[in-house]
Amino acid sequence: MTDKLAASRAAGVEMGARHAADVDARARFPQEAFATLKEQKLLGLLVPARDGGAEASLADVISVCHALGQACASTAMIYAMHQIQVWCIVRHGGDSAWHRAFLKRLASEQLLLASATSEAGVGGDVRSSVCAVEEKDGRFTFDKQATVISYGASADGILATSRRTPQSPASDQVIVVLPKASYELKHLQAWDTLGMRGTCSDGYHLKASGEMGQLIPVPYADVSAQTMLPMSHLTWSAVWLGIASDAVARARAFIRAEARKNANATPIGATRLAEAAQTLQTMKSGLLAALGQYEAALKSDDRLQSPHFAVAMNNLKISSSRLVVEVVGQALLACGLSGYRNDTPFSLSRHLRDAHSAQLMVNNDRILANTARLQLALREEPGLFP
Amino acid sequence: MPSTVSASVEARVRSVLKNAGCLQVDVESLADDADLYAAGLNSHATVNLMLALEDAFDIELPDRLLRRTTFATVGAIAKALGEVGVKDGA
Repeated sequence: MTDKLAASRAAGVEMGARHAADVDARARFPQEAFATLKEQKLLGLLVPARDGGAEASLADVISVCHALGQACASTAMIYAMHQIQVWCIVRHGGDSAWHRAFLKRLASEQLLLASATSEAGVGGDVRSSVCAVEEKDGRFTFDKQATVISYGASADGILATSRRTPQSPASDQVIVVLPKASYELKHLQAWDTLGMRGTCSDGYHLKASGEMGQLIPVPYADVSAQTMLPMSHLTWSAVWLGIASDAVARARAFIRAEARKNANATPIGATRLAEAAQTLQTMKSGLLAALGQYEAALKSDDRLQSPHFAVAMNNLKISSSRLVVEVVGQALLACGLSGYRNDTPFSLSRHLRDAHSAQLMVNNDRILANTARLQLALREEPGLFP
Repeated sequence: MPSTVSASVEARVRSVLKNAGCLQVDVESLADDADLYAAGLNSHATVNLMLALEDAFDIELPDRLLRRTTFATVGAIAKALGEVGVKDGA
């Protein structure tokens, strides 16, 4: 990471931390943090240099997600979701004139992108759509009952999935890039939740129209398997690692303060702190190994399409989402009532509530069911250094 | 003496596809190069189809062939089966 990028990241983290409590209390969009992230040009990190972006590495993006996650998990999750959308356009729209022009705009105007993949009537299966693209004279329209569009009201654009044609089966989907001028949102449902409150994941009726060139020219099945899923699981895991890291940092500060009070005895919670730090290391190792696997797979189309790769990315999500709850729980035991209270610097209330979203956002049971199917397609186990 | 009707691999693939019931259209009406995913094949059904093909042809598809493109068309499936030694026959 360059010094300049590290300084930009620090500015975003500072602003995220300053407003995290208010964002959480009022379940509002973290506008101050995003004003800073835009000012620091962090929304265009993945855009290729030829289109005016920073062309930063995936490691850089993951690192920003992790740092923001330590300050304000809602800010970090919104940032992660945005980068997932950008990465889909970079990887699959790079040869299309419309998408390149859009990436240029995104980098120069620092557009924030949201996602509309969830829909009423598909039972939570984002690989099925009810709505369908209707084409007429090179233009399209579709209407989607989107059960969730996180930060939809604050976004400058949306990527939405839809059936390819009104005749297409539910699983034959496309993904369409919609700048703000391409859609109208009608608010359906508010987001009042236990945690991740600042993501403002409200439900909307999305009415979209535009030119056919806005469709990503690759089936959504491929975009999903090769780009959206791995990038989601990597960036989300980085956000959750951020929550866990800050929980451990708070527990460490608490134990240190306790130890100062009585230098002759190790504080009772120190063992739990040691345990939390160990679990945190497992979490971090899993993320870094999976990032390495994705970077290697990006150089080999064959590896990218392998069921082994899909299983590895699924497993990252399952383990990170479980471990974040475990780490915060251990940190809470280390801090005792000081962590349980809302009015101490060691409070873990927000961490605990935010952490519990991890196993639900794309339910782990759905992912495990997918992995279970893939087990039937797996043959020999790859070696240690495939 | 009844003549032996030689069935092409493609025809046998069609019959497996029909029995696996993973498509929303008449299998016989599909061209060899028609996109099966556009005809309703999804990722869940692809695994079923793989198992049905292995059973019907008494083969095991190796790792390198377990890709989305392998199951994209009747022709692609026949080609993959050819790679593991399946030939036209009864």
